[in-house]
Amino acid sequence: MLLSDFLRETLRMTGTHVGCEHGVCGACTIIADGHSIRSCLMFAVQADGLSLQTVEGLGKVSDLHPLQESFREHHALQCGFCTPGMLMTGVDFLDKHPNATDEEIREGLSGNICRCTGYEHIVAAVRSAAARKRETIR
Amino acid sequence: MKPPAFQYLRPNTVSEALDMLAAAGEDAKILAGGQSLVPMLNFRLLKPSALIDINRIGELDFISESETGLRIGALTRHRVTQTSPLIAKHFPVLTAAMDHVAHLAIRNRGTIGGSLSHADPAAELPLLMTLLDAKIRLASRNGSRELSPAEFFQGSLMTALEEGEILTEVELPYLPANTRWGFEEFAQRSGDFAIVAAAVTATLSGEKCDACRIAVIGGEMPIRVPEAEDALAGIVPTAEHIKTAATIASEAAEWNEDLHASRDFRKQLVQTLVARALTAALSPSRPVH
Repeated sequence: MLLSDFLRETLRMTGTHVGCEHGVCGACTIIADGHSIRSCLMFAVQADGLSLQTVEGLGKVSDLHPLQESFREHHALQCGFCTPGMLMTGVDFLDKHPNATDEEIREGLSGNICRCTGYEHIVAAVRSAAARKRETIR
Repeated sequence: MKPPAFQYLRPNTVSEALDMLAAAGEDAKILAGGQSLVPMLNFRLLKPSALIDINRIGELDFISESETGLRIGALTRHRVTQTSPLIAKHFPVLTAAMDHVAHLAIRNRGTIGGSLSHADPAAELPLLMTLLDAKIRLASRNGSRELSPAEFFQGSLMTALEEGEILTEVELPYLPANTRWGFEEFAQRSGDFAIVAAAVTATLSGEKCDACRIAVIGGEMPIRVPEAEDALAGIVPTAEHIKTAATIASEAAEWNEDLHASRDFRKQLVQTLVARALTAALSPSRPVH
C-alpha cells in the first residue's frame, strides 16, 4: 500500500492530497525524518520507524504555522488542492535555504504543480515567510 | 494507479540482500529511492514478484576518499551528493550537474545507485559517470566485479547488471591537477530530464589543453566523443577549435527524436551546449577543480 493511501484511507488523515500518483505533481508531499518526500512514491511499510509530518501537524486554524499565515496573507491558494504539498515543500525548502533568493524559491517549488497557476502569490508567500523567519531568529 | 501485489523484503546488509535476490529469482527488483521504480509500479508497467528494499542497508550509504578516487555508496541520496563538500572539492562538475537533477522532494529520496541502475538516457548521473570514468562496482553471491561506464550502460534503460547482481558503489578517479570543467543542460522546465546535456573537463598546462573529455546525453545512452576530445588535445584551443570539436560531437550519435525535440534540434543543441561547456571550461575565470 502506498504511504499516501495509508495516510488518507487507513488513518483518515485527508490533509495530504493525491494528484498524479506518480511523483510529478507534488500534491502528496509530506516530511519524513526532516526531509520532504512524495508519499505516493513510498510504501507505507517503508515508513515503519520514521517520524512523519503531514499538513495536519503544521498548524491549527486557531494557531497557524507562519508559512500558513503567510499563504493566507498573500492569497497563495485558490482551489487549495496543491496547498498541502506546497506548504510541506515550502517548510523543508525554507529549512534548507533560509536566505533564498526569488530564483531559488521558484526552483525550490518547481516540483509542485498549481493548476490554478497561482505561482506569483505562492512565491510571494514563501518569500515573506522567509523574511519573517530571519527576523524572528535575529 | 496502484502498484500490483508483491512480496516485500527488507535486508539489513548487502549479504542478506544478495541472498534474498538469489532466492527470489529473476522477477525480483531492488527498491532503492523508488523515484523511478514506484511510478512504473503505479502504472503497472512492471509486476515484480518481490521488492527487496535496500533503504536500511547503512553500509551502502557513504562518501569517502580512497587513495585512487572518491567512493560513493549506492544508497547516497541525490541531496547528499548535491551538497557533499567532498564532491564539491574533487568534482565540482558533479555538484553543478546535481542542481539539474529533479526536484527537492525527489532529490531527498532518489539514490545514485538507483539512477545508474535505471539508466534513463536523459538522466544526469549516467552522463557524469561517463565523463568521470567511474568504476562501477557490482556485487552478487558469486563475488564482485567492476565495469566502466561504456561497459555498464548498454542502451536506453539497459545495463550490464545480471540476475542476482546489485550495484554497490562507484569510485571516481581523481582528476589531474589543473583540470577545469563545464556543464550545460537544456530541459523544458527546471528539474525535468535533459533534452540534451553536455559535460566536459579540460586539463591545462598554462593555456595549452593537455587533454579533455567530452560527454553528451541526447541519444540512446551517454557517450564520450574521443574524436572531439582529440581535436583539442595538445593545442591552445581557439574559438574555431571549440567550434570544430562541437561539430564533431554533434555528429557522434543518432540523437533521439520525440514529442519534445526533433533529431535535428537535438543535434544543434549538442553543438551549442558542447561549445558552451568547453568555452566555460577553458575560461581563465573558471576556478581549477
